[in-house]
Amino acid sequence: MTRLRALAGRLTNPTGTVFILLALILAGIFVKNADFFAGPSLMAFLKQAAPLVILAAGQYFVIVSGNFDLSVGALVGAQVVIAARLIDGEESRTLPVLAVMLFFGLAVGLVNGLITTALKVQSFITTLGMLLVLYGAIRLWTGGAPTGSLSEAFRTPGRLGIEGVPILGQLPWALLIMLALGAGAIVLMRTRFGRILMASGDNDRAAALSGARVDTVRTAAFVLSGLSATVAGVLIGGFAGVSAQVGEGLEFTVITAVVLGGVVLGGGRGTVIAAMAGALAIEALFTLFNQLALPATLRPTVQGAIIIAAVAYAARQRTRPAATPATVTPS
Amino acid sequence: MTRRLSPAALSSTTLSSTVLIYLALAGVLVIGGAAVATGGGNLFATANLVDMFTRTSLTGFLAIGMTLVILCRSLDLSVGYVAALSSLVAATTMDGDVGRIPLAIGAVLLVSGLIGGANGVFVTVLGVNPFIATLGTGLILKGYLDTEYKGPAGDVPAVFQQFGYTRIAFIPISTVVMLAVAAAAIWFLRSTRTGHHMYAVGGDLDVARMSGIRTGRVLIAAHVLCAMCAGVAGLLLAARFGTGSAEAYTNLYELDAIAAVVLGGTLLLGGKGGVAGTVAGVAILAVLDTVFNVMQIDPFAKDVLRGAVIIAAVAIYARRQLDRTARRPRFALEGRAS
Repeated sequence: MTRLRALAGRLTNPTGTVFILLALILAGIFVKNADFFAGPSLMAFLKQAAPLVILAAGQYFVIVSGNFDLSVGALVGAQVVIAARLIDGEESRTLPVLAVMLFFGLAVGLVNGLITTALKVQSFITTLGMLLVLYGAIRLWTGGAPTGSLSEAFRTPGRLGIEGVPILGQLPWALLIMLALGAGAIVLMRTRFGRILMASGDNDRAAALSGARVDTVRTAAFVLSGLSATVAGVLIGGFAGVSAQVGEGLEFTVITAVVLGGVVLGGGRGTVIAAMAGALAIEALFTLFNQLALPATLRPTVQGAIIIAAVAYAARQRTRPAATPATVTPS
Repeated sequence: MTRRLSPAALSSTTLSSTVLIYLALAGVLVIGGAAVATGGGNLFATANLVDMFTRTSLTGFLAIGMTLVILCRSLDLSVGYVAALSSLVAATTMDGDVGRIPLAIGAVLLVSGLIGGANGVFVTVLGVNPFIATLGTGLILKGYLDTEYKGPAGDVPAVFQQFGYTRIAFIPISTVVMLAVAAAAIWFLRSTRTGHHMYAVGGDLDVARMSGIRTGRVLIAAHVLCAMCAGVAGLLLAARFGTGSAEAYTNLYELDAIAAVVLGGTLLLGGKGGVAGTVAGVAILAVLDTVFNVMQIDPFAKDVLRGAVIIAAVAIYARRQLDRTARRPRFALEGRAS
């Protein structure tokens, strides 16, 4: 009985809410189209969802440490354009260009982190500025439209997988990368680094007074976000190809996903697995919209309503335990 | 001795905050003028001045409203969508009939005010983080606009289009109206009770509540006023285009407005700043745009420079305020949940 109650408690806290939401959306998809849960179409769904899940993990580190990263969408777009321009269809350039992209993602994250921590610019402004800079710089470099093309090897992780797996058909590389990075993120949050990150977001002054290097972990969080955008860029570029619009508005979708996962903007609350589940829930929601044959133009409306409702629900849950220390909250 | 001097010193630092921004504006004008002059142009030629002032009006309306919500430590990411919707409401209500102009203005203010009220309720009553609440409202409006309006709709009578085009000497009417709204907002913040409460709510929500301020009402008022400013911006869009246009939201006006507010010295953390600084922030962005335009800098380079300027400006402010802001939690939005 108590175990049941503990389970109910876990499911109704903000972190658990996202799993209920995900289950509801999947149930909705099941009602509309049971075939969706056959191996191949499920794998196709996960392949498509993988970039957002990886981005959500990266964004989670930044948000849980008390910051924002609005530059990820522009960074994903920049990475795809850089890859196309530098590879230009030559198979042999794939690996060097991947190295360049990793370095670029790391550099962008480092700059974001250093401006935010060393210069004390709010991350909202830092990454908004970075968004403008990346957006302009990439178009300046390419003259407005992306040029070049990706190599086959570059497109493999986003498009292909291990063929001939029983039941599932194709086991996409994207899914394996997503699982590996997701597991890495979960492990990382259990290390010393993860705990300091969480503490910095909860109360940076207390963390600093306890001897934590708040600025260092916050900068590292931005670097992780930049790297996740790089991986997402490789997957999205491989899956969808090159266009000038890649990544546009992605930052808001990612932040939505993370918040849907019960992670509190401002830091210190939420788990990385819930953030990734939030990304899956958003992608599942888009799939459900497809199944319902909802006019594409109406999607943002439903999406907006669901985020507000989900966050309001989570906020309602959060206020209750916070109200218990009666001495500090006079009504 | 030092203790006796401290109130005077304090007031001089708060004064110099706004003064600094206007000095920066003057600096940008001088440097921009010099840069244009080396290219053989004249930044202060009538055509360029008109361009500069015209650019200030639209961002100005949005930024004035945005100042109020940011002062309350909130945010409004939906203003671009509200402006687009307002332009459609205005144009379809007028429908070419001069007599319906007052009705259209009333309808725009009502619709935008209601949206602002909804934002305020989401933030205060439902405890949704303002970033998410207004992003959600923006998405809802985007879906509605995309579904209902495939192209331009409505017809703005020529009389009302004057709002977009007429000018006195080199100052457009729309800029005069914007400055009037700014003056009203400055008066509102300095001389009314709700205005003072906004600073208190942004400074510390809990302290404000314990001091007997109805914080929820203040926040909702700020959101309503912000959305109504966006409604006025929508009226200006309608006057300029001659029709209502849903496409207007693609310009990401909300980010421009936030950038102008922050450039103007208002803290994103709330509780400090003002509309006078915001007007200077808007002017700095407009001058930069005009300079880039006259010098025919690649439009994409503009984005790069603009991003760099915004970060640099905020870094300079942060340096000045380091001792005061460093002790405050960055986004302690927990308290807002109640």
